[in-house]
Amino acid sequence: MGPNLWMNVEEIAAVILFGVGFTTLLLHRNMIKKIIGLNIMDTAVYLFLAAMGYIDDRIAPIVENGVTDASVYINPIPSGLVLTGIVVSVSVTALMLSLTVRLYRKYRTLDLDEILIEMQKEALK
Amino acid sequence: MSFVQNFPCFSIVICMAAGILSTPMNGKNAKRTTLAVVSLVMVMSIAVFIYTLYTGTSFVYTMGKYPAPWGNEIRAGVLECFLATVFSMVMLFSLIGGMDHVFKDVKAEKINLYFILVDLLLSSLLAIIYTNDLFTGYVFVEINTIAACGMIMIRESGRSLVAAIRYMVMSSIGSGLILIGLAMLYDITGHLLMRPAREALSNLAQTGEYMMPILVIISVITVGLAIKSGLYPFHSWMPDAYGYSTISSSSILSGLVSKSYIFLLIKIFYRVFGWDLLLKSKIVNVLFAFGLIGMIMGSVGAIMARDIYRMIAYSSIAQIGYIYMGIGLGTEAGMIAAVFHILSHAATKSLLFLSAKGLTDASGRRRYYLYLRGSAFRNPLAGAAFLVGSLSMVGIPMLSGFISKLLFATAALEGSPRKVFYTLIVLAVSTVLNAVYYLHTVIQIYTPKGIPEECRGIHIRMTPGVALAMICLILMNFILGLMSQPITDLIQLGIEMFV
Repeated sequence: MGPNLWMNVEEIAAVILFGVGFTTLLLHRNMIKKIIGLNIMDTAVYLFLAAMGYIDDRIAPIVENGVTDASVYINPIPSGLVLTGIVVSVSVTALMLSLTVRLYRKYRTLDLDEILIEMQKEALK
Repeated sequence: MSFVQNFPCFSIVICMAAGILSTPMNGKNAKRTTLAVVSLVMVMSIAVFIYTLYTGTSFVYTMGKYPAPWGNEIRAGVLECFLATVFSMVMLFSLIGGMDHVFKDVKAEKINLYFILVDLLLSSLLAIIYTNDLFTGYVFVEINTIAACGMIMIRESGRSLVAAIRYMVMSSIGSGLILIGLAMLYDITGHLLMRPAREALSNLAQTGEYMMPILVIISVITVGLAIKSGLYPFHSWMPDAYGYSTISSSSILSGLVSKSYIFLLIKIFYRVFGWDLLLKSKIVNVLFAFGLIGMIMGSVGAIMARDIYRMIAYSSIAQIGYIYMGIGLGTEAGMIAAVFHILSHAATKSLLFLSAKGLTDASGRRRYYLYLRGSAFRNPLAGAAFLVGSLSMVGIPMLSGFISKLLFATAALEGSPRKVFYTLIVLAVSTVLNAVYYLHTVIQIYTPKGIPEECRGIHIRMTPGVALAMICLILMNFILGLMSQPITDLIQLGIEMFV
């Protein structure tokens, strides 16, 4: 258990961060903190992917000095997945932030519970 | 290679191109473009469907220049093409049926944006249906979520904004789980294409290595997709999201978007995990249990609801429960029943939403039951459509809902004895509950006495488009109900092609 734990320290950190982000996104009432949680969660996955794709003593998969031997470079696919994932999470974050701005303009608060209460009051009128 | 094989790829690309081209257009032209594209997609899906039926095999279409196991692929079999056809049909009818309200609910300068979202949604739906690559699946699941969220919030009322943000939070949780599941799957198999990943997984299962990570992967991906499709404990966003968005969005969201996630899950079950691993992991039993609870709780919510849209939305939760219950039976018959119910629910729910809109319009846009009394006389076609939809949901013979209930019940009889007991009891209770709230509404709208003051003298004449959409959806319900044997044969053929 001990040596394995040390070998996979990045993955362990990633999973812990994932948990932190996940619970923040799920349980926090404040919208901005929810969005921060979302970003922590996504970044944790990227750390996980990048750590898994890295091979010791190799370099980034960009051809340098004409060396095309695959054994010099790390696995490029996880890096590609991370890039795609970043694009996705940036757009989701932008969308959530814009929604939050809209809600703030309407209800003057970032607290989702308060917004729900306000909304219920509106419905009763 | 025949030319028809290009069509799945074309239909995805055309939708995206239409979205981009609609950016500078005004609302009217964007609407024409979108309707043309959706019809074109429908025609192309029918062509591919006939082609796969004729050749009797599925085909794989390589995207980009690298072949498997590295490149990206599209795969089209009978089931994929059939679903694409039905989905584009339902989408077309929901759009035509709700078109007047789109122009009323959305600000004039933003109407083209609505159609851009519809294009984007259709392209991601098709990509989710056709893709053979897990990460592509994830990316399009996200695009689907973003487009759906836009379609909820575009009405810009307070409630639809709150509904959109709740939908987005729940969906992001689901996506995060799917993403970490895929990352782990890539780590232990080294593949993202479904077929090589499947081979690697079955090799691992034989040697017995990595059983714990595989269990985690299966549960994380399944729970992620279940959250996104709104399985019972994760359903809280559904009533608001379906109840307060413009009517085309409601029917597209409830009929198609949540179904596409379920279809992706079924595809991953068959083409990546395989039944041996799934049955060993017991995850299907979890889906079965929550499906059963969802069937009851959704119906209870619908009985408590005081307005017609929330009632229909809560009934969606119950229907999603049915589908997961079918998947959870863990047999092929259960899966066929689940896929049939996906189709049947897509056709029925869009019909119910459109007709409910017709009924509330006939009551001066009031959505509470009190005002709906007698509205079927003020808007006869919407009343008839609601009647057909309700009877189908309750499970009256000749309509599609009856066939799905029959298929679920017969599938349960083939399964394990313990599940038979629970399935049949819950199926019976849920049918009674369905009947309680649907027939209650039907009786309300067909009661000629006691019509409230505000609603007297309103008489709605439907525009031809809305009438056409409703009639087509009613026909679809009858076709699914009367021609169930060939359709279930098709689904069975399609599922056998998966392996």
